[in-house]
Amino acid sequence: MDKFIYFLEALSFANLGLAFAGVLAGIVIGALPGLSATMAVAVLVPFTFTMNPASGLIVLGAIYTGAIYGGSYSAILVNAPGTPSAIATTFDGFPMAKRGDGALAVSIATLASVIGGLIGALMLMFLAPPLATVALAFGPPEYFWLAIFGLTLISALSVGNLIKGLIGACFGLILSMIGVAVIGADVRFTFGSQTLIGGIDIVAGLIGLYCIPVLIDLVATKDPHLKVASDSSGFRLGESFAILMRNKVNAIRSSVIGTVVGILPGAGGSVASLVSYSESRRSSKNPENYGKGEPGGIIATEAANNATVGGGFIPTLVLGIPGTPPDAVILGALLVQGIKIGPQLFTSQGSIVYTFIFGLLIGTLLMLPIGLVVGRYAYKSIVAIPKAALVPTIAFLTVIGSFAIHNNLHDSAVMLGLGVIGWGLNRAGFAPSPIVLGLVLGQIAEQGFVQAYLIGNAQGNILGQFFGRPISLAIAAFAILTLFYPLAASAIGARRAKKSAVDQTVESRDANA
Amino acid sequence: MRMKTLLSTAVFAFALSAGVASAQDYPSKPLNYIIPFNAGGESDVAARFQQPYLEEAAGQNVVIQYISGAGGAQAWSQLNGMEADGYTMMGSNLPHIILQPMAQDVGYKTEDITNVYFFQYTPDALLVPADSDFKTLEDFVNYAKENPGAATVAGSATNSANHVAATKLNELAGIQTTYIPFSGTSPSMTALLGGQVQGAFSYSTAALNQGDQVRVLAVAAEERLPALPDTPTFKELGYDMVGGAYRGVAVPSGTPEDVRTKLSDLLGEVNANPEFKKKMEDAGFVVISVPYSEVPAFMEERKAQYDSVAKIMGIETSSN
Repeated sequence: MDKFIYFLEALSFANLGLAFAGVLAGIVIGALPGLSATMAVAVLVPFTFTMNPASGLIVLGAIYTGAIYGGSYSAILVNAPGTPSAIATTFDGFPMAKRGDGALAVSIATLASVIGGLIGALMLMFLAPPLATVALAFGPPEYFWLAIFGLTLISALSVGNLIKGLIGACFGLILSMIGVAVIGADVRFTFGSQTLIGGIDIVAGLIGLYCIPVLIDLVATKDPHLKVASDSSGFRLGESFAILMRNKVNAIRSSVIGTVVGILPGAGGSVASLVSYSESRRSSKNPENYGKGEPGGIIATEAANNATVGGGFIPTLVLGIPGTPPDAVILGALLVQGIKIGPQLFTSQGSIVYTFIFGLLIGTLLMLPIGLVVGRYAYKSIVAIPKAALVPTIAFLTVIGSFAIHNNLHDSAVMLGLGVIGWGLNRAGFAPSPIVLGLVLGQIAEQGFVQAYLIGNAQGNILGQFFGRPISLAIAAFAILTLFYPLAASAIGARRAKKSAVDQTVESRDANA
Repeated sequence: MRMKTLLSTAVFAFALSAGVASAQDYPSKPLNYIIPFNAGGESDVAARFQQPYLEEAAGQNVVIQYISGAGGAQAWSQLNGMEADGYTMMGSNLPHIILQPMAQDVGYKTEDITNVYFFQYTPDALLVPADSDFKTLEDFVNYAKENPGAATVAGSATNSANHVAATKLNELAGIQTTYIPFSGTSPSMTALLGGQVQGAFSYSTAALNQGDQVRVLAVAAEERLPALPDTPTFKELGYDMVGGAYRGVAVPSGTPEDVRTKLSDLLGEVNANPEFKKKMEDAGFVVISVPYSEVPAFMEERKAQYDSVAKIMGIETSSN
């Protein structure tokens, strides 16, 4: 019953206004490539010091949720993920937009984000303490296997072109090694350049590899950016609902994956959406459509990345360990406000925590109307803006966005360099996604591997670290399943095709007889 | 929100283009306080604590910005290229600015960083999970003595304050432990709480954040911390270990002497504020006051400390 009071508190006029403003601002920031959720939250933190803690948290939570969702717009409409969480949304979102289904894709992304956000927040409210132990069960070997699992997605993403996919992934892995190593502090592949000593920032890599080739192609070809839908029948909300209902298992599974991956510090929204995309594709009846504009893919990634918001707050609030980078900023804000975090927070500061969680739920619900309206507007304007204006605008944003990561021109230089390389590789048939997967997952895999090895070595049981832990083995099994799934699926498909051919001959013979 | 970013960028540009300041009217416009790490870390939290008091002392706004990357090296290598009028100041951290240039070419040298004030440090703390068999530091040391190399100690990064602390304890206690570097304090704390490692070196601040999930075996401070009254210091237990991550403020090398002194005085005023001190101590920071005039002696003393440890860690002192 106590919770109901907190619910009313969160519903106060001021808090509702803050949640509304936060979601709206978050969506806009998230949609701009390079301006990430972390940045949005960091910029806002000083303003919250003047508010009471619960209101401050509500607005931070709202802007965070909004930004994660907003990343899907640019992923769908421009093939440029606005935040790293939206990488996998480009796989199916952009193909849908290209064939004229942009409005539908945005509506589906909105519904999936709301569902993911709600499930994540509800799990935060009811299951936070037990779920926090999940974060603790994941040690270095589990992170290693999780990253390997993510990398196996390459085999699924590059059907028919496996060699090129693997070469791209290796290129991405090498990119992830550039700079000062976390373990050992070796300086690698910097070629004596100060620009590279900080490594390749993932966001700079994303903007370069996804945005720049799109921009060059836009300039180099005469085709319009997106095919305009033949019937611009508004939100296509009914259709979206129908698709969502067909994918309800997918949506719920992806939300749960998102929440659980969000709990793991250092994994984050990009890993969550990649893992759920992979799972959604594997369990789908028509996996061959994935990557060509399958709505199920968008549902999986968008439900998962918004679920990481609630999931990430679980270790933040229960253990005092931030689950995602924006959580680290929010945790710092709590400290400055003099709030003692840690396991006692739920009991000692229940009013703040529960008001915040209700605020998060309300913010997520507000995302539905705001998102649909803003998304519609974004789609319309992207379609309506002539190429001569669209290209310079996006080009400008890519430079600003990459600069804004660390207030540093080095990242802009890295972004442009990778962009040109990415365009060249694209022409040669190398897709950007395997490269980005290598870049994102390389560090997680490397650190997990070396840490597990060091610990195993100290304990005199290296093999036990990698193969003697149940969670590790389960993740490894999924990885193997995903790796060989295309082979198995085509074998099964071939057998089915054969069988149905036999059936047909039998039928036709029967008919003849 | 974007307005704010634009605004701070504009302020930043304005500060860059402004003329030479004289100490009489300094400060007469907003101060840019650059943190060489991401938002949310100890450096950021400490700067946020300083911000309102510094604004009060200076009578000007203090704008906090972040230039992160390469463990701070990204920002420090750019410091001397920034406008040297006293309106650009940057967080400066030990042992980072001593060990980084010692280990490799990171684009700056320790002497390139003009520190005007050191205002706090977070003492190293050795943590074990609350349910660990190690009840005291002695238990841990004895275990490590009997099983050389078997005790695993997590920490944040290589050649970092945590790494120095682990190496130093090994040396002082005559033990051998395995240091496991993680990409930050959060993953290292997660590994500790999950029992992936047996202990972790972190700071007093992290020890407070984890509350009763962890047992703090000892802290590397001169005296027991007000926030952790029951935790012994390494010194009481017979290990001469006082240290951690020291944080100060540096300015570009061209900043006039009188402006450096004035800035040091302003930061000293903040440190003298009992309210500021209380807030910092509650969060686990130890407030120290090393004004501009005492910085050279302080740096010499810390350098000597890190030199001996660096040799053991295998960092070659560069030939210059």
